[in-house]
Amino acid sequence: MNSEAYVILAAILFAIGVLGFLVRRNALVLFMSVELMLNSCNLLFVTFARQWGNLDGQVASFFVMVVAAAEVVVGLSIIVAIFRTRRSASVDNANLLKF
Amino acid sequence: MTLLDTLTPVAPTGLFTSAWLMIAIPLVVAGLLLLAGKVTNAWGHLVATAASISAFVIAALLFVDLLGRDAGQRAVGVPLYDWITAGSWTIKAGLLIDPLSILFAMLITGVGSLIHVYAIGYMAHDPGRRRFFAYLNLFIAAMLTLVLADNYLVLFLGWEGVGLASYLLISFWQHKPSAATAGKKAFVVNRVGDLGMLMAVFTMLAMFGSSSFVDVNAGAASLTPFWATMIGIFLLLGACGKSAQVPLQSWLLDAMEGPTPVSALIHAATMVTAGVYLVVRSHEIYAHTVTAQLAVAIVGTVTLLAGAWIGCAKDDIKKVLAGSTMSQIGYMMLAAGIGPEGYAFAIFHLLTHGFFKANMFLGAGSVMHGMHDDVNMRHYGALRKYMPYTFITFAMGYLAIIGFPMFSGFYSKDHIIETAFEHQPVLGLCALVGAGVTAFYMTRLMLMTFFGEKRWAQGVHPHESPAVMWIPLVLLAIPSVIAGVVMNAWIGAWLAPAVGAEDPHLHWYPHLSLIGIVTTLVVAAGAFLGWWLFGRGPIPAAVPYTSNLAIIAGRNDLFGDAFNENVLMKPGQAVTAAVTAVDKSVIDGAVEGSAQLALGFGAGLRRVQNGYVRSYGLTMIVGLFVIGLVLVVGRLV
Repeated sequence: MNSEAYVILAAILFAIGVLGFLVRRNALVLFMSVELMLNSCNLLFVTFARQWGNLDGQVASFFVMVVAAAEVVVGLSIIVAIFRTRRSASVDNANLLKF
Repeated sequence: MTLLDTLTPVAPTGLFTSAWLMIAIPLVVAGLLLLAGKVTNAWGHLVATAASISAFVIAALLFVDLLGRDAGQRAVGVPLYDWITAGSWTIKAGLLIDPLSILFAMLITGVGSLIHVYAIGYMAHDPGRRRFFAYLNLFIAAMLTLVLADNYLVLFLGWEGVGLASYLLISFWQHKPSAATAGKKAFVVNRVGDLGMLMAVFTMLAMFGSSSFVDVNAGAASLTPFWATMIGIFLLLGACGKSAQVPLQSWLLDAMEGPTPVSALIHAATMVTAGVYLVVRSHEIYAHTVTAQLAVAIVGTVTLLAGAWIGCAKDDIKKVLAGSTMSQIGYMMLAAGIGPEGYAFAIFHLLTHGFFKANMFLGAGSVMHGMHDDVNMRHYGALRKYMPYTFITFAMGYLAIIGFPMFSGFYSKDHIIETAFEHQPVLGLCALVGAGVTAFYMTRLMLMTFFGEKRWAQGVHPHESPAVMWIPLVLLAIPSVIAGVVMNAWIGAWLAPAVGAEDPHLHWYPHLSLIGIVTTLVVAAGAFLGWWLFGRGPIPAAVPYTSNLAIIAGRNDLFGDAFNENVLMKPGQAVTAAVTAVDKSVIDGAVEGSAQLALGFGAGLRRVQNGYVRSYGLTMIVGLFVIGLVLVVGRLV
């Protein structure tokens, strides 16, 4: 099986995630970008697991999904809390924690 | 005179095994009075006096025991315990009771007990009485350690102990800035002397591997002349500090700020004579170094003249006596510097001086007691009728110190002057002049205090002191008179084995010699001159103006303080200031500079924490990129 296309797809997805994370201000979009990066990794895990006939990568992708779900729970609640006080979901407005 | 071997100590028996009690009793009482606090206020001074007297009783019993022995058995070494054991070093603490140390122990505890009794009266109304007696007992214990030690290192322990007691007692009235400063001065000047003492002990340890008297005496002959001289000079420096000899004399006059019983006990009779003891005890060292011996004699001669000079010019009764103490100790040092012929006479004069000077200091205290603590003799006058006991006992001390025939000082001082003439006529001549000056200033003191017309301040009504004060005066006046007659024939033979000299074979009556007669005439001339200047006319109440440089120098302690300040203190302060400046600019600069560097770096780095999540993200990604690059490059290489 040729995995090349999957790897290229994963790299494209990851690059989109990174770019989105760096250029967007909306916290929700940032989250989506992060999820995109995580899922590109998942895709690689699954691809290589299938290529080598090894289940370890499949298991790892499950772990990543569980962690991502947990992270979303915590992250979204923080974003909601910030939105309530600041009336904005822009990450550049939440910049109090600095020098 | 030939040099004999010093006695080898024999093992202790009977009471000698308990000789340490002499030191322990006053020490324990001192600790008790200091630690138990107010509980002992009511009776503490009585316990302290009892402790001193019991030490005297022990010393007297040991003395009687020694008297009954053969001359060869009179040195008893009492081992106590191993003090320091380190590797191949073992320093044993022990006591040496021999003819020399037992005389000192008797003097210290005997005069010390009388002064304790006197102080019961003198310090009766002082709020710090308990503390005072505790310090006195501490002093007795330390001084006994000094003279009874069988080892220079143990001796040094006592040496520092008496220095501490002296400091505490000089600045006893510490609410007076002058007293606090005087105590500090005494302490600092004594440190200089202690340095010499330490160097001597170090040298002994390096040369002999031991600092015990026995080993040092045995090894002295094997020393090279250079090291013998060095040890001699180091010991002399130590002696100069403790005995207020030139050039370390400046503290003694200020030490008169302490209560008068202290001046009598520590700064006249006992502690300041420790230097003489040290030199006499180290006679085996000095036997092998003519240079150091001559240095001792010269220091003594210079001091005896300097002290007498200062004594002539002072109006403060205690400072006259202090100058006189310096001068008399100068005589002792001169005698000790002469060598084996002089050792016994140094100790002889030390004992008689201990009696008559303690007597006169206590007499001065009695006068001050009656004159509301005024020490200026220009405010005295005509006190002989109002203080009969003080006057008579003081007169006995006066006759003893000037060397009136048959009084104690006559014997002891004449011996020193005669021996000095035989040894070195120049030193003898100086000692002779000193005797005349002594007669002059003591006559001046007597006339200004007890004779002439009343010059009292208003509201002062002199009265005789209570019996608890004048009885010790009487008890001290008696030996001031008779000590010479009693001891003259005996002391030379008694001390001979301990100081490695031959018995000079003297008798109770003075032997007539040309120098003795000349000395008596010079003394008479000095006394006459004193009367001529101060006995005939009224004494001015204010210090008269003078352009006489000699008198100005005398009033200013021969500019000893000015010398110390300009030659030692100011350069010292300059060095300190320079070192401080270097410390502040260079060392602190380096330390604080590196701290500033770290701070600045941190302040710059802090800017990275800008609060923008996306810039953190960029940082992470750049970092990730770098790590990836490193991995790839690492793989390629």
